[in-house]
Amino acid sequence: MAKVWINGETSIEVEDAEGVGAVHFTVDDKDIVVSAGQTILEAVERMPGIGNIPALCHHPAVKPYGACRICTVEVSEDGGSKFKFVAACLYPVKQGLVVKTNTERVRKLRKGIIELMLARCPNVKRIQELAEEYGVKKPRFVLGDQDCILCGLCVRACQEIMGKSAISLVNRGIYREVAAPFYAYELSEDCIGCGDCAFICPTGAIEMGPDGKPVLPKVKIPYAEVEAMMKKETAITS
Amino acid sequence: MTEQVRKLVEKRLGSAAELKNLRHSILSKRDPNRTCISVCAGTGCRASGAEAVVDAFLDEIEKQELQISVELKETGCHGFCERGPVVVIRPKRIFYQQVKPEDIPEIISETVLKGKIIDRLLYVDPATGEKITYEPDVPFYKRQTRTIFGANGEIDPTNIEDYIAVGGYSALSKALFQMSPEEIIEEVKKSGLRGRGGGGFPTGRKWQSCRDAEGDVKYVICNADEGDPGAYQDRSLLEGNPHSVVEGMIIGAYVIGSNKGYIYVRNEYPLAVSHARIAIEQAMDYGLLGENILGSGLDFTVTINKGGGAFVCGESSALMASLEGKIGEPRAKYIHMSEKGLWDSPSLLNNVKTWANVPVIINKGAEWYSKIGTAGSKGTMIFSLVGKINNTGLVEVPMGITLREMIYDIGGGIPDGKKFKAVQTGGPSGGCIPEQHLDTPVDFDELTKLGSMMGSGGMIVMDEDTCMVDVARYFIEFLKGESCGKCTPCREGLNRMSEILNRITQGKGKKEDLDTLEDLAGVLSGGALCALGQTAANPVLSTLKYFRDEYIAHIDKKKCPAGVCRELVQYSIDPEKCEGCLRCLRACPTSAISGEKREPHTINQSLCIKCGACYDVCKFKAVIRQ
Repeated sequence: MAKVWINGETSIEVEDAEGVGAVHFTVDDKDIVVSAGQTILEAVERMPGIGNIPALCHHPAVKPYGACRICTVEVSEDGGSKFKFVAACLYPVKQGLVVKTNTERVRKLRKGIIELMLARCPNVKRIQELAEEYGVKKPRFVLGDQDCILCGLCVRACQEIMGKSAISLVNRGIYREVAAPFYAYELSEDCIGCGDCAFICPTGAIEMGPDGKPVLPKVKIPYAEVEAMMKKETAITS
Repeated sequence: MTEQVRKLVEKRLGSAAELKNLRHSILSKRDPNRTCISVCAGTGCRASGAEAVVDAFLDEIEKQELQISVELKETGCHGFCERGPVVVIRPKRIFYQQVKPEDIPEIISETVLKGKIIDRLLYVDPATGEKITYEPDVPFYKRQTRTIFGANGEIDPTNIEDYIAVGGYSALSKALFQMSPEEIIEEVKKSGLRGRGGGGFPTGRKWQSCRDAEGDVKYVICNADEGDPGAYQDRSLLEGNPHSVVEGMIIGAYVIGSNKGYIYVRNEYPLAVSHARIAIEQAMDYGLLGENILGSGLDFTVTINKGGGAFVCGESSALMASLEGKIGEPRAKYIHMSEKGLWDSPSLLNNVKTWANVPVIINKGAEWYSKIGTAGSKGTMIFSLVGKINNTGLVEVPMGITLREMIYDIGGGIPDGKKFKAVQTGGPSGGCIPEQHLDTPVDFDELTKLGSMMGSGGMIVMDEDTCMVDVARYFIEFLKGESCGKCTPCREGLNRMSEILNRITQGKGKKEDLDTLEDLAGVLSGGALCALGQTAANPVLSTLKYFRDEYIAHIDKKKCPAGVCRELVQYSIDPEKCEGCLRCLRACPTSAISGEKREPHTINQSLCIKCGACYDVCKFKAVIRQ
């Protein structure tokens, strides 16, 4: 028998259907049962009113990626004595798992991540809302002026949904950005102007341009450094 | 053509007995009393000129027509890189250090032919001033337990027969014909072997889960993507004894049921790549790789994959992504790589040193192996002892040896009578351990307790002239550059940490910076996707824990106690002590020092770039650094 919650308020008891891999686990002290093979985030999203898991780099249409880390929750595999942080968008539900989505530790961690995001993208509405919710006032760092949080949704949508890979993530670390593959100056003919990237972007960093192709976010601060780096490299190799 | 094929077929070993016979025939052809000159041609010795030494030996042997009575062996790293090029003359194991090509005629005519020892080439123990003739008596080697590294000095890594002669591939034949995969796993479990790449995960458990994992295709992978600053033990092992790694991998393949293996090695290690390639080719020729290995029915091949130089590709999931031809970015490992790794197939990935340990365990048994080490960490560990230390080199020690023994007894202490300040273990994500913890036994758990880690075995010794804030800054800068940028905490967090640390070392630190650093460390360790980010804050946390006063001096007093941070030091000349010798004046690259001969000099602060050249050259300690 399993308790199934409706809107997080009331619950009904149902019998497990035979042959269905049902996974019983708890989210914020509420027993829930879902079919096996899901991640915590997928399971919780289907249970309105249960759990509090924000997510930025997650979209049901593409594979989970685990980049923004906002969906971090605490889980315990041993019934609640030892907890660890995991990304809810990637962690598969398991029998007897104990999930806490809104503890003080979780909120503190998310607050830290949001502070970093807000410092990078102070003008993005979605980040400002999250900052408000988690009590981030003013980031303690030098503010950037970007809109892109590098969640990779646009790149994944272009690859997984459209099968085009007209845009990609280039460079690494703080120099990472969304660009045409291999840093080409402009998008190639592979881009069919479908607008999926602009649609899926959680921060509105990509807009469709007048030529029917997306205008990619420019990573403004480190770009100069990248240019200097590349110049140095050419100087060495040439 | 048929002749070539016949030769190839002839070499192929079809059974365990044939391997044994081959070993007997190799050994019977070798005279144990024949003079064998083994020249270390590892990376360190090559850098100090070993190749010229080898050439000189070859010339001299030819000139004196000694080809038959004297054997010359170009071996892998002996470990004592500080004293390179190192030459050992067997069977007596006479140890010559810092040998130059011009010494060779004398070595041949005096030592080899007449048995006389050449005094000036001997190692002098700095502690006693005594000259040491034989290799095992050198304190650097005396305190080591060289189970994995020991054969390095005896074998030519490009000659499989050398490896077979010292008992090579006997563990493989034992594993294939006398043990079941379960028995091998049980043996590895009992031995207590833990992953030598840094994580310290019990190897037996990893093997078990990979054997149990469902999948028709399974892979065996050797992680030789060593990228820690100051660490080169994996490189030296793969260069000096590649067959031991390959043998371990074949045993792993037999255990999990794999036909395909990869060695992922950095492209920056050309010698390791080339030696591993030769080893694989030779093992193929001898039927130790390929189809039906030793007639056991096991098919297994190994391919070398050269890494492009990204530090993060040493992380197992990023390494596998890179092997797949994708961008080397880590992915979540909530499902272990041993169940779902390379191309989503079960994959058994171990570090170079872990693989090299396997033949030893199979040969000598878990009981023998588990006697070495501490309760939680068994066996030996190879460390690269570098930094401000007299005996720079690679040392293999039993787990549980104290840091003090390593640094003072083996490492020979700090040069120039300087004071020890800290030792940084575990690579860039490790921590700095101060003097008061020098008596800690070195093992996986003890180092973690101190806020550092074992890592892959890097050990950087720092003396009193090291600024710990600057050290933390250096490692954070390194990690910031090597972060793949996939997840927010690592990409943004390290960037902000480096921002703050740079500010502090420039004298612009604020009181609240230390709290911010600690907050950022929490976000990194809790939120980052892979081990690179999760451990990235260790250099900051450990220096904050043990050297907080240095941070405070930088922030409050705007002073760098070690005199390293340029913005915070000032050089001046003490007119009382200055003899007016003009040395500093000539050394100054910006002509900031002026003065007449035998008159006290002065430094023009507006021109001074604080390079410290004057400080280093002054013989009268007249240059003051504040």
